[in-house]
Amino acid sequence: MCGIVGLFIKNPALESQLGALVAPMLSEMTERGPDSAGIAVYRNPQEDGCKITVLAQQPDFDWSTLETAVSNHFSLRDITVTRNHAVLCLDSAIEDVQDWMSDNWSDLSITSAGTNIEIFKGKGNPAEFIDQFDIKSMTGTHALGHTRMATESAITTEHSHPFSTGQDLCLVHNGSLSNHNRLRETLRKKGVQFKTDNDSEVAAGYLSWRLSEGDDLDQALNHAIEDLDGFYTFAIGTRDGFAVMRDPIGCKPAIMAETDDWAAMSSEYRAIATLPGAENARIWEPEPTQIYSWKRS
Amino acid sequence: MTEINLDTSSVRELNLVLQGGSSGDKFSVNNTVGKHALSVGLTTAVNVEINGHVGYYCAGMNQQASIVINGNAGPGLAENMMSGEVRVTGNASQYAAATAHGGLLVIEGDSSSRCGISMKGVNIVVGGNIGHMSAFMAQSGCLVVCGDAGDALGDSIYEAKIYVRGKVKSLGTDCIEKEMRDEHKKELKQLLSQSKMHHGIEEFRRYGSARKLYNFDIDQVDDY
Repeated sequence: MCGIVGLFIKNPALESQLGALVAPMLSEMTERGPDSAGIAVYRNPQEDGCKITVLAQQPDFDWSTLETAVSNHFSLRDITVTRNHAVLCLDSAIEDVQDWMSDNWSDLSITSAGTNIEIFKGKGNPAEFIDQFDIKSMTGTHALGHTRMATESAITTEHSHPFSTGQDLCLVHNGSLSNHNRLRETLRKKGVQFKTDNDSEVAAGYLSWRLSEGDDLDQALNHAIEDLDGFYTFAIGTRDGFAVMRDPIGCKPAIMAETDDWAAMSSEYRAIATLPGAENARIWEPEPTQIYSWKRS
Repeated sequence: MTEINLDTSSVRELNLVLQGGSSGDKFSVNNTVGKHALSVGLTTAVNVEINGHVGYYCAGMNQQASIVINGNAGPGLAENMMSGEVRVTGNASQYAAATAHGGLLVIEGDSSSRCGISMKGVNIVVGGNIGHMSAFMAQSGCLVVCGDAGDALGDSIYEAKIYVRGKVKSLGTDCIEKEMRDEHKKELKQLLSQSKMHHGIEEFRRYGSARKLYNFDIDQVDDY
């Protein structure tokens, strides 16, 4: 079992409250996933530049060494450190930064890359995560969150969701995949890299691969229905919004709601009930294999 | 009328109060905000009005009580109901009235997948549409659908009866359309009246078991 939440702000006046709105949603999903939590937030777009979030394996990692080294190699706009995560904004080409990071910093992993996305995740109770990363004060256009109850692989920060699936893309998953081991090997042969033995990371890697083959998000998700065996409700964050899809059997729950001010999805209504105006929102359950998406126009 | 506010009472306190009610007692439940297992295990003919959306397993194991939910219901509504009546004014999520033995469940909106799975005598009336795999292995009772039905309706059905007013996306294994005889018209008319649905019985078609799965068929041995 896991909990998923997603919130897309339609009324720009509420963007300053994104974190304050999404934190109670995430907290409400604690019982579905008390092992770890994570969030992808879309904010502070880096025009003509890039943004990456890095995660340090050691809690006492010395971020000043990274800042110095990055500044020597690239044009660093800004670095913001929050506990064991740092968000770097740069003028450089994102692929160059990613290659340099993986060649030189084996004790750091990149949790997100793009212009808008930032991904934070942590082992432990979601309430602690919300406090430690000050989720309530986050501003932005949209966010996806996940609370994890591990069923098939270890409880670590790296096993936690969201998983990056490409630039400004991420995936959160409620469910379990049964063909992830073979699919992981197939994808490795195609050059997709994996950091863990987590099944959801395989789904993320699969979508990254389909997108790199030229699929758009809808096409990649339709291919996923053919190639992923198991149960899933997916929420996929994109630069402009997010998408939701359930597997053909549709036994993993999902509920969606929309008002003039916001669009939201969650594993259960009680997370949506925390939002202003939820009681009068249009509420529905997504149909299996249908892709639902919101985009900033 | 006794009011119970879930802002101040726990779900356990709510259920203890409702389970301790006497026949004819009236209760109203407010501030539900999608909480789970509300109004479960009632065994007397109390009347409960729940105002707001409810989460998993509302009205489970109900006996005799009449429960109205003014909102939507999450998965597992009225699971294993024995008797009484449960009504939802909105939609219900998956496996509503699973394994239920008796009573009446009325869903005024839509019901999603696996509605009436393994039903064992309950009557279910859905005002809107139902999702896939509904009435899977349904043993007895009636499922009335005033809208459309999803894929694999009535798969591996036993002796439950299904009445559908709209389209059926596909029938499951061993489920076939059957003749609507006088006794079925009478039964359907009574269920529509009881559930306050206003449709003509001639608009419905009946589905049930072809009874081909009841016994091992030597001619189909290669299929196993």
